[in-house]
Amino acid sequence: MESAHRLDHNSELTLLEFPFIIRWREDRCSRCGRCTAVCPTRAIEPSVMAQRLVHSDGATPLPQTIRRVSQVIRQVNDIDRHCVGCGTCSLVCPNMAIMPEYNPHHKFLFHKNRGGVPYARGGRRNDPATSTLDKLKFIRISMLTDPSLDAGRHEFHIRTLMGRNLAAETLPLDVADGRLSLKPGAFIPPVREIFPIRIGGMSIGALSPPMWEGLAMGVAYLNEVEHIPVVMCSGEGGLPPRLLKSRYLKYFIPQIASGYFGWDEIIHALPEMIEEPAAIEIKYGQGAKPGDGGLLMAYKVLKLIAKIRGVPMYVDLASPPTHQTKYSIEEAVAKMIQSVSMAWGFRVPVYPKISGTKTALAVLNNLARNPYAAALTIDGEDGGTGAAYNVSLDKMGHPIASNLRDCYLELVKAGKQNELPLFAAGGVGKEANLAANAASLILLGASGVDIGKFIMQAAAECYGDERNRCNLCNLGRCPRGITTQDPRLYRRLDADRVAERVVDVFKTAETELKKIFAPMGRSTQLPIGMSDGLGVGDKAIAERLQISYVC
Amino acid sequence: MYRLSAIAAAEYFSVMENIMALDTMKEGHDGSGLGVTLKDLGGEFEHLKEYPILSGICTDAGRRKIDEYMESLGFKVKFMWEPKITEGPGINVRKRGHYLATAYQYPDNYLDRPQGEKEELLTRTRLELRRQGADDDSLYVFSFWPDVITLKEVGDPLEVGLFFGFDTRPLTARVILAQGRQNTNYAIQLYACHPFFLQGYCTMTNGENTAFVPNRDYLSGRGFAGYTGYNSDSEVFCHILHYVHHRLTYPLPYYKDVITPLKDNEIATRSDGGALGLLKRSLRQLCIDGPNCVIGFLPDGTVFLTQDSKKLRPGIVGGVAGKYALMSEECGLEQVLPQRQRQSDIIPMRYDLVIIPPGAQEVKVWNQLTGSITTAN
Repeated sequence: MESAHRLDHNSELTLLEFPFIIRWREDRCSRCGRCTAVCPTRAIEPSVMAQRLVHSDGATPLPQTIRRVSQVIRQVNDIDRHCVGCGTCSLVCPNMAIMPEYNPHHKFLFHKNRGGVPYARGGRRNDPATSTLDKLKFIRISMLTDPSLDAGRHEFHIRTLMGRNLAAETLPLDVADGRLSLKPGAFIPPVREIFPIRIGGMSIGALSPPMWEGLAMGVAYLNEVEHIPVVMCSGEGGLPPRLLKSRYLKYFIPQIASGYFGWDEIIHALPEMIEEPAAIEIKYGQGAKPGDGGLLMAYKVLKLIAKIRGVPMYVDLASPPTHQTKYSIEEAVAKMIQSVSMAWGFRVPVYPKISGTKTALAVLNNLARNPYAAALTIDGEDGGTGAAYNVSLDKMGHPIASNLRDCYLELVKAGKQNELPLFAAGGVGKEANLAANAASLILLGASGVDIGKFIMQAAAECYGDERNRCNLCNLGRCPRGITTQDPRLYRRLDADRVAERVVDVFKTAETELKKIFAPMGRSTQLPIGMSDGLGVGDKAIAERLQISYVC
Repeated sequence: MYRLSAIAAAEYFSVMENIMALDTMKEGHDGSGLGVTLKDLGGEFEHLKEYPILSGICTDAGRRKIDEYMESLGFKVKFMWEPKITEGPGINVRKRGHYLATAYQYPDNYLDRPQGEKEELLTRTRLELRRQGADDDSLYVFSFWPDVITLKEVGDPLEVGLFFGFDTRPLTARVILAQGRQNTNYAIQLYACHPFFLQGYCTMTNGENTAFVPNRDYLSGRGFAGYTGYNSDSEVFCHILHYVHHRLTYPLPYYKDVITPLKDNEIATRSDGGALGLLKRSLRQLCIDGPNCVIGFLPDGTVFLTQDSKKLRPGIVGGVAGKYALMSEECGLEQVLPQRQRQSDIIPMRYDLVIIPPGAQEVKVWNQLTGSITTAN
């Protein structure tokens, strides 16, 4: 017998299966059509509906029934056109007639694999629970035991070192007549003094031109005008040719990753560089999608991107999961660091970035023995991405707090905690507490932190959150114009405004870091590893991180 | 808050001078303890300078442990000193047992060994004795070094001085550091009492060391057994001094550069700026943030005083040729040296490291900003 599913719509999804349900008010809607025009997923569309109205004219009631066809806004029940909850419709509506509403009972992931294609998206791990970083508190307050410092009056030096620091026992120093002097000709690894919060690697292809430009302008302003030495990583995909040859290059960290995109341009620009970059980051892994390489979808590969990356337009740019030319950790880490260092005459710090992993200690120990390794960046499971499979985002990776802490304590055991700085990333500022999260990681042993998602949220009002709101970064349809190469979308974003907000964010973070460190009595050096300052109201976390349990 | 009283002199003087200064400064401490370290000893120890002296406290059981262990290593007792304990009304000090200062002769097989090996033996022996007393509190060892005695006890400093009988039978020395408070931030623990001593280096400090954990973790990773203990957050000041001056062999002023590094633009003005920049980076974990005033001595008898980079804990130095005092309060200085020219007193500023060379004939001030040294009148 033939199934009757077509007759009673039994094969279709109800809107209750969808993560966001559109609330539309007919009485307010003027049918201007703006909402349907801006919807990035075409989740709503104009439609018609037969209506029966009871109507009465005249001085005495004389009800009459009218049947008419009216225009409505209807949410479609196609899983591939699901409402992502971005709310752009509400932004353009002149009458506050429309708004998406989160549906906690949705069954989205049961259905979002049509055609056997797993769900892929941008953003970060969808887990709105309070992160470990946000559970940590600063508990060591100097008051009566000694006066605390004054965040507003005393001098503070909120800076960190990016680069290999020589062990004191091996410093090339001579002592003569009560003075120390440098031994001539000794190799001293390059070290940069930077602000302890960096902007992590987000590529010029993943981000739209105004977004990337806004970040870059903000970083330049912070350095040149505010004298806050913030640095920014390029992500995989190179840098604009003019920037490579400008004096602003010193504020940027070009990233080399497994696809080597953009490196042809970078290497060819070497003779014309008038400044050296802040550092070089070799990406081996990414917290958001461990085991996956970078991915730039074809519709983002327009003229500028194709030129910078040295590829044809409109092709998918998938970087391999690993550096294909390398065989072992010794090759992958030691040789690459050495050869990249050589390109700049060993005058630029070169460090690897890995995804948070249980095997981080093996990498760390390898780096600790490599005198050219400038640092290690570990990107935890809450790191963001422009494109990844949902399963990688949600289920793969290691939380940053314990991964970072293990690595720091391993260095302490070897007495090398000052030689190899650790940078932590992944979920920093997830709940908007940027300075507190950064300070927590510093007290656990990080020399600094990276942010990505946070700066998009704070500087460009990115809609994304941990309830899977928006997260369209991979599709090139970013309604804010942040992660798209479509001029119709990115013209919505004002690069100058992004730059202003970047400056706001870092100035605020600097003040808040002072407000955290001052009562703890630290001002001249970053309190790296000052774990007695941290407490947590969870015994298991306290034990794991070797900090105080407080309640 | 802690009160600090250090005196350096050309002639031997009584430890009671330091204690009286602490009593004068009493308003600033809670009378909870006394710690003294004496160097270049006089009196009965004057002719025993080459013999290491074991200073500590022990019960009868602890004493047996000490005797057995020292004998097993081949140390021979050369001279034993114990204070004449005075108990009674007005002296609220609880006697723990025996207070020791015993001079030993090196084991025969060490007599001709190099100095470094002897030093290693002394440190190893002290740490082992400390370990043996850790479980049952049967013994405390504060120092084991030639020509150095350390005593510590809980109680009002003046009462502890009288308890030890120093008013009638004082210990004398040419350099004495005394500190008037137990570590009352946490539980009272004799090993947390200043001054701290390691292989000829000694410091005492007032103020809280907010950078203690990074300092401690760095020192613990240096592979040197003596960097241990840390019952007080101030013990690291002594070990940093030992590390910088003894192990890295940097001159004393660089101790100041390590614990309170200059800003980069200030470093650029120093003639040794290149070296200093590297030092600042490589010894980042040894930076302190105060508030602290540090007073200490070196193995050669040099005494010094310096403060945190914001001068949140001030100190004062004054005296006459042949005798100088370094105090946390002016009234303490007045107590010890009323005859000095007050207008010549040195009130060190944040860049200053006050140095009194061995013999205490003059006082010098090294300025960190300029890297130059001046000799005060």
